[in-house]
Amino acid sequence: MIKVLKSGFYTTIQDKGRVGFASLGVPVSGAMDSYSSDLANRILNNSLNCALLEITLGGCKFQFLSKTTICISGGDFSPKMNNQPILLNSKILIQENDILSFGKVNFGVRCYLAVKGGIQSDKKLGSRSSFKNITNNFLIKSGDCLPISNLKTTLESSKTLVKVNKNHFEYKGIECFKGPEFDTLDMHQKKTLFETEFSISKDINRMGYKLNETVENNIPSILTSAVLPGTVQLTPSGKLIVLMRDCQVTGGYPRVLQVSEESINRLSQKTTGDKIQFVLK
Amino acid sequence: MHTYKPFGAKAILIEWKAIIAKATLKDILEFKDKINSQKSEFYLDYSIGYNSLTIIFKDIILDFNEEVEKLKAIYTLNSTIKPAQNFLWEIPVCYDLEFGIDLEEMSESLNLETSEIIKTHSESIYTVFFIGFLPGFLYLGGLNSKLFFDRKPNPRLNVEVGSVGIGGEQTGVYPVNSAGGWNIIGRTPIRFFDLEVSNPCFAKSGDQIKFSAISKKEFLEIENLVAKKSYQLFKTVIND
Repeated sequence: MIKVLKSGFYTTIQDKGRVGFASLGVPVSGAMDSYSSDLANRILNNSLNCALLEITLGGCKFQFLSKTTICISGGDFSPKMNNQPILLNSKILIQENDILSFGKVNFGVRCYLAVKGGIQSDKKLGSRSSFKNITNNFLIKSGDCLPISNLKTTLESSKTLVKVNKNHFEYKGIECFKGPEFDTLDMHQKKTLFETEFSISKDINRMGYKLNETVENNIPSILTSAVLPGTVQLTPSGKLIVLMRDCQVTGGYPRVLQVSEESINRLSQKTTGDKIQFVLK
Repeated sequence: MHTYKPFGAKAILIEWKAIIAKATLKDILEFKDKINSQKSEFYLDYSIGYNSLTIIFKDIILDFNEEVEKLKAIYTLNSTIKPAQNFLWEIPVCYDLEFGIDLEEMSESLNLETSEIIKTHSESIYTVFFIGFLPGFLYLGGLNSKLFFDRKPNPRLNVEVGSVGIGGEQTGVYPVNSAGGWNIIGRTPIRFFDLEVSNPCFAKSGDQIKFSAISKKEFLEIENLVAKKSYQLFKTVIND
């Protein structure tokens, strides 16, 4: 078990998400930055389907009630074990009653706490990913006890760590494909789309990132049709919304771009005020 | 007639003419059934819109044209597969003012008696085009134009589960508690999204819905049965 002493700003359980339920209106969900969540699971030799905690900007504190091995990947929020700094992207052996906490945010927005064998919360529609009205828990709360695998861990703490390319957190280019309605834009609109340095607004969550700068919008809305994580919608006000992992399955705004999987991961590590630029793949 | 477009690295969007029509829905559903009958491990999921079918692939599509040719071949299959059986579902709705919190405002603006709104809303048969917006939210076609009514300028932060609303030219049922801007005219005790049953949403694209007016007393009785999972929805097979 992991006991949640402090829940932090926004902590959820995530895995690879729910696939196969779009026709019921069920969003995919899953780790926002699947590059980092996969890395944490890989370092522990876990299956990539193992559920882990997605922690937004730290602020949380956990107590482990049993022995296990963990790995933290993604953003660097100065993780500490019993007040001693620990490495990211490295196997950390945990003893009963060890306390994990976080401190200063050094880079990134989301980090992933993986445990050997994965978090064993209930699966709903094939996934443990937190989602309102689907899983019992949406946000992790202080006092929650999260079941973890009882696998006897044979892993030792390692002194080695996996190096992560800093570009994953720093590069502002967001690679994308043309969206289904891209060609309804005129030359000037396309130019604005690729030449503007967009900044991320305050309106951001796991469903989508709204951007501040506008693209003149004279194109009609569409008959409600599929949207996917990574779809960039052009709203009537001219503002763009990049849909993220918890997005609805359908929408009616023109879909002008489709962000690549890799760039959704990178965008997930950006927040309000950060700059991005769309680059056609 | 339909066209194919790439939709990111892992999906293909198939689009029909931009109209809301039952004939389009029929074509989409037949195509979807044929694709499903392939039991292909390459197709992961699908999503239906008014005039579109999006096929989501398991892996990155390496050759778009080749995949389109495969889909075209599937479309032209002279298939003998039985299409999914569609049903007409009867959904009890209590239109009491306690639940239909926007009925009086609509009545004034539309210059229609509330009884006339209720009668008009509950005598139409609605077609389920697809499910989107929220888990179990049905996009229904067939609202009588007398009842077209703009969405509220300021959406409510919480609309109760089961609320029946009108938004512009559409009507629908909130499957879960949600923020929402539709005008609420009643409430059903029926759950459109329930993870405790094997099929979380009983209705699917191509089904039909008819609302039937019930009293507050009947609402409470049905609500009680629904909670005990012992309410049997009334449905009839659609033959077209």
